[in-house]
Amino acid sequence: MKVTITVNGTPYTRDVEPRTLLAYFLREHCGLTGTHVGCDTSSCGCCVAVLDGQTAVKTCTMFAVQADGHEILTVEGLAAGGALHPIQQAFSDQHGLHCGYCTPGMMLTTVALLKHTPAPTEAQIREGLAGNLCRCTGYNNIVKAVQQAADVLRQPAAATK
Amino acid sequence: MIPAAFDYIRAHSPDEAFSHLQQHGGDARVLAGGQSLIPAMRFRLARPAVLVDINGLADLGRLELGRTALAIGAIARDSAIERAPWIGETRWSLLHDVSRVVADPVVRQMGTVVGSLCHNDPSGDWTAVALAARAAVVVRGRQGTRTVPIDDFLVDSFTTAVGEGEMALAVHFPVPGDRTAGSYQKVERKVGDFATAAAAVQVTLDGKGAIKEAGIALSAAGPCAVRVTEAEQALVGQKPTADVIRAAADAASKRSEPQADLRGSVEYKKNLAGVLVARGLRQALARLGVQA
Repeated sequence: MKVTITVNGTPYTRDVEPRTLLAYFLREHCGLTGTHVGCDTSSCGCCVAVLDGQTAVKTCTMFAVQADGHEILTVEGLAAGGALHPIQQAFSDQHGLHCGYCTPGMMLTTVALLKHTPAPTEAQIREGLAGNLCRCTGYNNIVKAVQQAADVLRQPAAATK
Repeated sequence: MIPAAFDYIRAHSPDEAFSHLQQHGGDARVLAGGQSLIPAMRFRLARPAVLVDINGLADLGRLELGRTALAIGAIARDSAIERAPWIGETRWSLLHDVSRVVADPVVRQMGTVVGSLCHNDPSGDWTAVALAARAAVVVRGRQGTRTVPIDDFLVDSFTTAVGEGEMALAVHFPVPGDRTAGSYQKVERKVGDFATAAAAVQVTLDGKGAIKEAGIALSAAGPCAVRVTEAEQALVGQKPTADVIRAAADAASKRSEPQADLRGSVEYKKNLAGVLVARGLRQALARLGVQA
């Protein structure tokens, strides 16, 4: 099946089998390997991307054909013009990553979380990230990073991001 | 773990989806959120030849709160319930509770309520909640659309009243009366795991403070979520007291028929079912300002 999926603003038209999972479409058909595959069974959250600007999805549990005609945001689409996205900057500032494997999923889940909950409490951050596992167990700094990103994104100057 | 090959059809209207399902019968499955179906296909536990994707049917994504019922469309996501403007009202507390513990918060952004009911996993959350709230599922078949009470809808593990070539369009939850509250109690080893045990509870009090209506159901307590009729009978007509709650809890423990696994023994899970019913009743009553 021919599909056209807009990833990070760029349309990718590819011929895929219906059973091709979105995670593999991104990695193998688009060459965007920032979307990681961890458990491959929708438990770990390493493969999370954002669908149509507001829904976090585990891309190992969605077929690429479902995303035909839709927009996907991956970690490669966060930085703009050489500047880190406020969420990336916050993960860097707060040491919100150890090995980095879970980080893209953590950040993309955060994009959707802050879209719906711009001023989250610590409890809301912990609940919102409960579908993303960090096997380095660096959760405290991840939570701090999300809090910083929320604070920065709420400032009027960041409204364009 | 790549699924077996299948043909993919994107439906552009409910009529079109239905006609594809009629044409392919038992070979076809509806693709809604896919959060149970796709893992099942990846493990080759399910091998449908055709998937009919209904995600483009926006009309089926609505939550409609009417005078007598809340209608949840076939592609309304769990997260839509979690974020509904009325979800903080006491009478919807059972739905409030469950909407925050289904799977994990990312899965809830795709997963659907109706899909969960149609999947009918023995450890599902929505099945027990639908029993306690006395919901009904709207099913479209060859003879037209029918409304199936949840007790008749849940046939057996992974089996429902939706026949080959049919599709579920919505689930209807009756709007609870005044002085109604509920609670969903789930014990899980970690977020996203199957429940070790779970209990859904909803009670309505009359003007004198006695229990007018009660819905009690268990999940992870047998092949299918189960209504504990004996517990409901122990409650209705009674003033809510510790003794009455204990009677309902004992009935739930007795009714639970769990399987032993890494999450616990049969003895432990049966006991836990009763503990969770008691906790749920106390929390529901507390939400109505009643200590028992």
